[in-house]
Amino acid sequence: MRKRDDATNLSRRQILKGGAALAGAAAGTAITGFPAVIAAEPVTLRYLSTATNQSPAIAEKAAKDLGIKIEYVTVTTDDVTKRIITQPNSFDLVDTEYFSLRNLIPSGNLMGMDAKKIKLIDKLAPAITKGEIGGKKIGLQGTAPNKVMYLEGQNSKKFAASPTEWITLIPTTYNADTLGIRPDLIGRPIESWAELLNPQFKGKASILNIPSIGIMDAAMVIEASGKHKYADKGNMTKDEIDLTIATLIEAKKAGQFRAFWTDFNESVNLMASGETVIQSMWSPAVTAVRLKNIQCKFQPLKEGYRAWASGFGLPRTLKGKKLDAAYEFVNWFLSGWAGAYLNRQGYYSAVLDTAKENMEAYEWAYWMEGKPAEKDIKGPDGGLLEKAGAVRDGGSYNERMGSVACWNSIMDENAYMVRKWNEFIAA
Amino acid sequence: MPLLSTTDKQAMTHYARWTSYWQAAPLAAVLLLFFVLPLVVTFIVSFWSYTGYSIEPDFIFDNYRDAFDRCIVALPDLCTTFRTYLSTLRFCLAVWLLTLVIGFIIAYYLTFEIRTTTIRLVLALVCTIPFWTSNVIRMISWVPLLGRNGLVNQALVGAAIIDQPLDWLLYSNFSVLLAFVHLNTVFMIVPIANSMSRIDRSLVEAARDAGATGWQILLHIIIPLSKTGIAIGSIFVITVVMGDFITIGIMGGQQIASAGKVIQTQIGALQFPIAAANAVVLLAVVLMIIATLIRYIDIRKEL
Repeated sequence: MRKRDDATNLSRRQILKGGAALAGAAAGTAITGFPAVIAAEPVTLRYLSTATNQSPAIAEKAAKDLGIKIEYVTVTTDDVTKRIITQPNSFDLVDTEYFSLRNLIPSGNLMGMDAKKIKLIDKLAPAITKGEIGGKKIGLQGTAPNKVMYLEGQNSKKFAASPTEWITLIPTTYNADTLGIRPDLIGRPIESWAELLNPQFKGKASILNIPSIGIMDAAMVIEASGKHKYADKGNMTKDEIDLTIATLIEAKKAGQFRAFWTDFNESVNLMASGETVIQSMWSPAVTAVRLKNIQCKFQPLKEGYRAWASGFGLPRTLKGKKLDAAYEFVNWFLSGWAGAYLNRQGYYSAVLDTAKENMEAYEWAYWMEGKPAEKDIKGPDGGLLEKAGAVRDGGSYNERMGSVACWNSIMDENAYMVRKWNEFIAA
Repeated sequence: MPLLSTTDKQAMTHYARWTSYWQAAPLAAVLLLFFVLPLVVTFIVSFWSYTGYSIEPDFIFDNYRDAFDRCIVALPDLCTTFRTYLSTLRFCLAVWLLTLVIGFIIAYYLTFEIRTTTIRLVLALVCTIPFWTSNVIRMISWVPLLGRNGLVNQALVGAAIIDQPLDWLLYSNFSVLLAFVHLNTVFMIVPIANSMSRIDRSLVEAARDAGATGWQILLHIIIPLSKTGIAIGSIFVITVVMGDFITIGIMGGQQIASAGKVIQTQIGALQFPIAAANAVVLLAVVLMIIATLIRYIDIRKEL
């Protein structure tokens, strides 16, 4: 009997509680008058990309500004592609590299993004949309973004030669990569990609073991050494692949390489511990080494940079509230705060004007204009990056992006290249 | 009158036969779903064709031909696949020998030298301490120790034993071997100790009474009776080393090939069919090794 009483009591209490909550909610809505979008269950977007493109600060700010919850799905470069092709429903928004589009678009799993819904579409950096800086063409070998930016129709599997209103990826970040060096351990100027295979650095060099990117670094080295001039480094013939891999194998057998790396942290460890003094590197990895108070330079080289660009794409099945939220988030991303955040990490943002508005004048001068820092330069997290007076490696945006020689790419002979790359690793 | 009629008996045996099937069914279902089915799919896919973004049902042998690209024409030089397997097999043999010797000695010590069960238990647990953290962390912790500017090199240079840091301590065959032995010895210790603990002590005493030396006891009693444990431990170690690509990757500075790494690179490049073909080849090699092992030791008989 007693039990039964308890049960009735409980349910009565629950009803009372529920009623109060309902009244409270009604009152809350009435008083504050929040727009329905925010009062309703916030939309969650599953954001698929590599760790490089994700930052909790951006997700937090987006949640505050838009009421959209960003849920990061973190995987490696190769796995981003794999997910899009094999599990296209496991994300709502993807930030992926342009070079993988040659595999992604024919799969039919991404939709063309409607240019009319992107407010700042005309402000996107011409380096990406047209492959030019200040009206001057930059190096476009490989899968340059402008070659794969537009589709013939929303669901087309063909890239358009000239701009259309259907966009494959809206750029998020891009950069110009080069070799990282330890100036304190090398003690002389380094000016050419050819130095990577210089016997002077025997057992102290490294190249990255992601075939589609590593092969490009190798091509830069071989061209710099005068051994071969490629028609297109980003689209080699079988003979050129053979030659490139043979050169790498020869160097490997001579003990040139200390190790290969695939992941950002490995490259930081190799360099910071002094295991290597010259290697393929990414910009934030150089910053990470420097934050340990170890000298490291992202060395500009006379043959130019290997560039990459990454952007937002939408899965074809996205619709309704999530689709609207995705466009809203992309527009917010281009509107400046996120761009400034990325610029402070040493990347470049898609819309430069809005990012500039969100940066201090001295920050803009250091990061984008190549001028000596007026004040100490702080990272996005507030940590000290550079002391006043420092100059960015490679100088201004125009100097760095203007000297791009080639872009990361997927070659026509990709399958053959991967097989040969495995031979190199096994040699 | 008999207690049960013939028909009743038949019904019972019939019933009993089905019971055992039902009892085995859950495990069989799990194995079928998560082991046999994926294996069959892998086998089927290994004959498919592929592009950079799709795989197409097909029945071609190109993937196997690519896996053994120029392996016959290049002889006596070894092709990539042969060289990869040779290097992996070499590691396998070395790791197996080292873990066997070390594992056997530790198991022997735990079983025959330690008198109290409590201490034996504590020491057995101590052996598993490295497994309290992840595989990768256990490997990475070797890096600051063995690096060019690592502790070992600093100590050796500091003690004036060498004047140049040793490069072969890290990112070399040596470091891969070291990590493999470190990671896998416990897989030998446990089954061997288990076999040894079931050896009847009176056998050892009888042998000693009959005048056998320590070596004779070891050779004629302990080793033969530990064979099952040795075989099980060996299967663990061999399968782990053959399929490994993480240890070889991290400790070898990714400069040393392994069958697993080849498969991983191909999967990364979305070439699933050729990766499947390589997986089938790897599986065949491992099965051959295990079959050889089982020819010498009948695990079922001795369990």
